[in-house]
Amino acid sequence: MGWGSESRPVEWHEPPTPDGAGALRRAFGRNLTAYGFLCAALICFALFSWYPMVREVVLSFQQNNFVDPGVWVGFDNFRTVIADPAFRSAWLNTAAFSGLALVIGYAVPFVLAVVLNELKHAKAYLRFVVYLPVMLPPAVAVLLFKWFYDPGAGLFNQALDVVHIPPLSWLDSTSTALISLVIVSTWMNLGTGTLIYLAALQSIPGDLYESAELDGAGLFRRVWHVTIPQTKLILLVMLLLQIVATMQVFIEPYLLTGGGPENATVTVAYLMYQYAFNFGDFGGGSALGLMLMIVLLVFSTVYLRVSREEDAR
Amino acid sequence: MRTLVSPLALRTPRGRVIYWTILTVTVVGFTGAFVFPLYWMVTGALKSPDELAQIPPSFFPKHFDLHVYVDAWEQLQLGVFLKNTVLYAGGAWLFTLAVDVSAAYALSKLRPIFGKLVLGAMLATLMIPPMVLLLPTYLVAKDLPIFHANLLNTPWAIWLPAAANGFFVFLLKRFFDSIPRELLEAAEIDGASPARILWSIVLPVSRPIIGVVSILSVVTVWKDFVWPLLVLPETDKMSISVGIASLSAQMPQNVLIASLVIASLPTILVFFIFQRSIMAGLTAGSLKG
Repeated sequence: MGWGSESRPVEWHEPPTPDGAGALRRAFGRNLTAYGFLCAALICFALFSWYPMVREVVLSFQQNNFVDPGVWVGFDNFRTVIADPAFRSAWLNTAAFSGLALVIGYAVPFVLAVVLNELKHAKAYLRFVVYLPVMLPPAVAVLLFKWFYDPGAGLFNQALDVVHIPPLSWLDSTSTALISLVIVSTWMNLGTGTLIYLAALQSIPGDLYESAELDGAGLFRRVWHVTIPQTKLILLVMLLLQIVATMQVFIEPYLLTGGGPENATVTVAYLMYQYAFNFGDFGGGSALGLMLMIVLLVFSTVYLRVSREEDAR
Repeated sequence: MRTLVSPLALRTPRGRVIYWTILTVTVVGFTGAFVFPLYWMVTGALKSPDELAQIPPSFFPKHFDLHVYVDAWEQLQLGVFLKNTVLYAGGAWLFTLAVDVSAAYALSKLRPIFGKLVLGAMLATLMIPPMVLLLPTYLVAKDLPIFHANLLNTPWAIWLPAAANGFFVFLLKRFFDSIPRELLEAAEIDGASPARILWSIVLPVSRPIIGVVSILSVVTVWKDFVWPLLVLPETDKMSISVGIASLSAQMPQNVLIASLVIASLPTILVFFIFQRSIMAGLTAGSLKG
């Protein structure tokens, strides 16, 4: 150990074991190297992840014009946004969007995966096709559906016409606008869940089905007593992930409706954007962001616990 | 392997009929739901504005004139948008790999003090979706703390935040953890520096995970909308998604649709080529996190 035999002053208050200084210096060197490798990541995370979390809280309690230092205003920003009539609509719409997305889109990928898992033909094609919409840039998918929703010659009203259903006004009516957004969002994201469930289904041991069948369980009882219990955790994880994802809905109202008609599709994330970039009120926007963050953190915490359980299995 | 329906039941005449019926329904249904909209988009672009407004719509375009794609390319300056997006996605990819691979290597193999704390803090960022931090993150890009640089309308506004990805660090670290220690110790005894070990031992054996992270990072940046919308407001700097969205109102319908086709081609092509890695990344991401 060359370093240990040098007689440099020991800067560390450690017991003077024969090799102590050298080991420490080596440990110091190793740490220095390690942090050298880490520093770029630390800077990126600090600037774009950790600091913004703090800044969000600070901003939401300040009045800011970004020239002078911010003025602390307590809960004023929160009072302003809560008093806004759009606030109530935004939360109700966000909850309705998430809820509808669950009703329309939560069971579908699971059912599709169960069916796909049984098919012995066209497997590669079906898997490829179900994931295609996920690969489109979301802005493209949303603009494509904007055209489909066209009340005149749009694809959807033309399709309804074929089956003799009167045309709908889709994005232009308060009663159908939100569900139209849910349809686009479901179409774009369906493939992810389907393929994830498919992977989970493939790990179910076949003899479970075998013995269930020997016990006289029919098709649906086998789904209920084997398939669902075996995929319970992943089903729960996907539920939470979907809630967290859909609560942040922004691009659909931004590109399709602009929050209208009559605030029927304004969402929390969209209102936050409006506050900051249309009204120039970053305090109000951050207050909304903070509220959304707290709600989503609740779901994320549950998600973390569930996925730990999944890991432990 | 045995699944829900027993192979025995499939071999009966009734089983066969049901199987082929379900197969047909699935294939037709999937094609209708996921391929037909894309067919409608590709052919819609070929129709004239009059033909697009026509009721009932024509199933096949009357003329097969690809000129509209040229129009879209020129009028929307799609070439500029595509070039920008390649620059953003490519740079983000290189930057993400360099930053996250070295971070994961340090955390996995060099194990510094507070390493666990650093990893924990990086993973904690996964709990908070970037959307809720949009405003403070935008302000950081507008006026970088300490350095006081304005990153708006520069590629750095995309590259730097892209590298701060806790999920990638997690995926890479988990893979590096599985590389046997003896492999690295042998090199260390031979006097190889940590950088050398990373480059000539860790990286070559980590190709699968680096492939997954590469594709995920490129596709994420390519598909992103909200962040480039905020930090690249200048028309000449826009990414393809933002560019098309912001010019969509002024375009004739068929030109807009043609530009949507052009914008979706690269990602679909990438999916075609890298299907396996993309799907591997999908399941890697879903089960852990």
